[in-house]
Amino acid sequence: MQQLSGSSQVMITAPKKKKRPPLAWVGQGFFIVLAILVAGILISNLIRQPTLFAQFFISGLQLGFVYAMIALGYTMVYGIVKLINFAHGDVFMVGAFVSYFAVARFRLHQWPLAAFPQISPGVGVVIGSITVILLSMVICSALAVTIERVAYKPLRDAPRIAALITAIGVSFFLEYFGALNFVFSPRFIPYERPFEVVAWYIKDGIHLIKPGEAPPDGAITFSNILVIIIIASILVQIFLQFLVKRTKIGIAMRASSYDKPAARLMGINVDSVISFTFAIGAAFAGLGGVLYAIAYSSIWTQLGILPGLKAFVAAVLGGIGSIPGAFVGALIMGQAEAMTMGYISTPMRDAVAFSILIIVLLIRPTGIFGEPEKEKV
Amino acid sequence: MELGFLLGSIVKIVGILAYLYGLLWVLARPNRWVKIIGVLAAFGVVQLALTDWGGFQLLTNFDSGLLFQACAMTMVALGLNLIYGFNGQFSLGQWGFYGIGAYTAADITYRWVNGDARGLLVVGFGTILGGLALIYIGRWLKRFRGVPVLSSFTLYLIGAILAATVAVYIGNALNPMLEPLLGTNLNPGVLNSPFALQIVFFLAVVFAGIFAAEVSFLFGLPVLTLGSDYFGIATLGFTIVVNVLMINSDTILPFPEMKGGRGMVGIPKLTTWFWAFFFMMAVIIIMRNLIQSSTGRAIISVREDEVAAKAMGIDVAGSKLLAFVVGSFFAGIGGAVYAHFIGFLSPGTFGFLQSFNPLIIVVFGGLGSMTGTIAASFGWIFFLEGLLRVLLSQMGTEAPTWRFVLYPITLLLLMLIRPQGLLGNIEWGFLKHKDVLPREISVVEKPEVAASEA
Repeated sequence: MQQLSGSSQVMITAPKKKKRPPLAWVGQGFFIVLAILVAGILISNLIRQPTLFAQFFISGLQLGFVYAMIALGYTMVYGIVKLINFAHGDVFMVGAFVSYFAVARFRLHQWPLAAFPQISPGVGVVIGSITVILLSMVICSALAVTIERVAYKPLRDAPRIAALITAIGVSFFLEYFGALNFVFSPRFIPYERPFEVVAWYIKDGIHLIKPGEAPPDGAITFSNILVIIIIASILVQIFLQFLVKRTKIGIAMRASSYDKPAARLMGINVDSVISFTFAIGAAFAGLGGVLYAIAYSSIWTQLGILPGLKAFVAAVLGGIGSIPGAFVGALIMGQAEAMTMGYISTPMRDAVAFSILIIVLLIRPTGIFGEPEKEKV
Repeated sequence: MELGFLLGSIVKIVGILAYLYGLLWVLARPNRWVKIIGVLAAFGVVQLALTDWGGFQLLTNFDSGLLFQACAMTMVALGLNLIYGFNGQFSLGQWGFYGIGAYTAADITYRWVNGDARGLLVVGFGTILGGLALIYIGRWLKRFRGVPVLSSFTLYLIGAILAATVAVYIGNALNPMLEPLLGTNLNPGVLNSPFALQIVFFLAVVFAGIFAAEVSFLFGLPVLTLGSDYFGIATLGFTIVVNVLMINSDTILPFPEMKGGRGMVGIPKLTTWFWAFFFMMAVIIIMRNLIQSSTGRAIISVREDEVAAKAMGIDVAGSKLLAFVVGSFFAGIGGAVYAHFIGFLSPGTFGFLQSFNPLIIVVFGGLGSMTGTIAASFGWIFFLEGLLRVLLSQMGTEAPTWRFVLYPITLLLLMLIRPQGLLGNIEWGFLKHKDVLPREISVVEKPEVAASEA
């Protein structure tokens, strides 16, 4: 990977063109044919049924923005400790379960109305939901920091694969420990939402879908949870950009990712920076978990595996270590998945996700936004 | 009863380990006849123990099931150890190749006993023609220097697809000639006799292995150029995709007899102790000879330091690909043996979570230790599948989950306390590297002794 990125730099700086390798056209032709095929399927469907296409696009957006929140944790952790944190997807799952217990068991989302009956119900629901989300985020952060301290920190100087196997072990542990009956239980659990999902349809303007009523044919539907996911994801993005670029801890994170020994010499406590990175990433994964559970309304202990892996693919696609890259990569992954589900077949969605990983790594190993050996977090 | 069962299981595990040690010790003897007789004796002992002596059977059916499973697992885990332990490529795709081998071989024999020779014909011709196509394209590509991976992959892919198409045509053309000889299910023909079935089984296993190896070649060619972590994720993706295809084998793939997610039933149970032992010994011997050859040293040197290996003139990409293909071949054989003893294949067996089993075995046994892998496979199957399954099932319905809670904890502890695996680099008998045999040292010492006496 480093060699390839090095050669691309040479090509930019050196004025004379490198000799093209023999038979390069075969591989390029293969991918051009593939790209034309994909574009053909998409465009023909867009022309034939634009509303259906728009509907798939919206479901892709919803997936993509959720993946974006998970991918941030992957990309930040990988940027600093060069570890694929397999357990990140399971932290996402824990976030969903914490909110489930907070809502269904402890009715935490109703505390504002219980404590201050005079405030309006709308405000109460908003405050209650935000409390639930914050609780999930805090617990996920605590969990991630514990995992980091117990499992990853002793292995920081070990071979990277040892840490990777440990990460897989932690992921397994969370999944199966969660599947015990006294923890989360192994069943699919219907998720009780802290607020009601309201859906609208777009046809000659935006109309509310009343309960028990089907939207008319050819209408594009969307729900408030989609809007919330998009807003939350963008807010997280802005917050993280601010954190990394403007604050002291952000500078410490960038310094640690750039050169750990040098950062230590400059008086940065690298261990606490790493813990902080895990905590931040896990908080966003927890947020993503709650929103994912609200959107898809069914949870179980292996919920986090595939979204986690796909978010990792998204982080690689955008350029691992780059925060905007993770965001863009996640949006592309969401669209790819939604379009595959719509136009090819639902089971092939995972195949497409991993094919994208392989193709991206072959064509551009640094990802879309990846700039090797530059500031990364 | 529980205590008796516990003691019995421990005795069995110790006995198995002693058996393996003896087997490897006998194989290390210099005399060829001693070797052959020793291996035959090792085969015979278990065969006698498995035989029903009028109500008395030393190893029950439960044990023989575990034994066959352990043999299959040994093959898979040895393949993974070649890829990961000896060559340093962190692969999670071994389980996918295991599944490919299992389904391919099962499809061949299933179709054969149901009066359809197309399975064997298409897979046989496909693997042979595909292999020839890959070899000749590889030779042709050697004329050029620095061909991009994508281009060579495209050419190989086109070659393989053409070979597969030709094989399908040949299979469909030859099938009517063989069909009368096969007979029907109720009225088996000449080629469906037990003896013929054994040959078909052997061919099915070998073709399944070669098929898995060819798939791994096509997949590994582009993917092995990625870094180690990315390679791991991509191979994990491969396992997931293979599993998705298995679940939809009757809808996306044109194989109604595999019955998709419901599982493939009615596979003839052809795996006997003879075949399990035969294939396991073949895998052990092939792998040991490969590791101790100059090719094997090249494979190991890639693990130690890629840059230094390249500087020594070793074909790094070729070594990685060779290890990956041979490892997948072993996995395919293991899967085929597994399919024919269990008689029922379900996509759940080849799922994402089970794909870590061979990895756990390899890590436990010790990376780069064949002995460790073999011992860990047998120990793992007998201890966890046999003992723990029975013991925990008496504890309640949550037993399977507890098993999977204990795995990662032991894995974590192992990584923290003994990262080189339980047996580390220890090799037994036959698998020991020749250079450390004491014979050569004694040759050097002889003149000194003579001088001191004089």
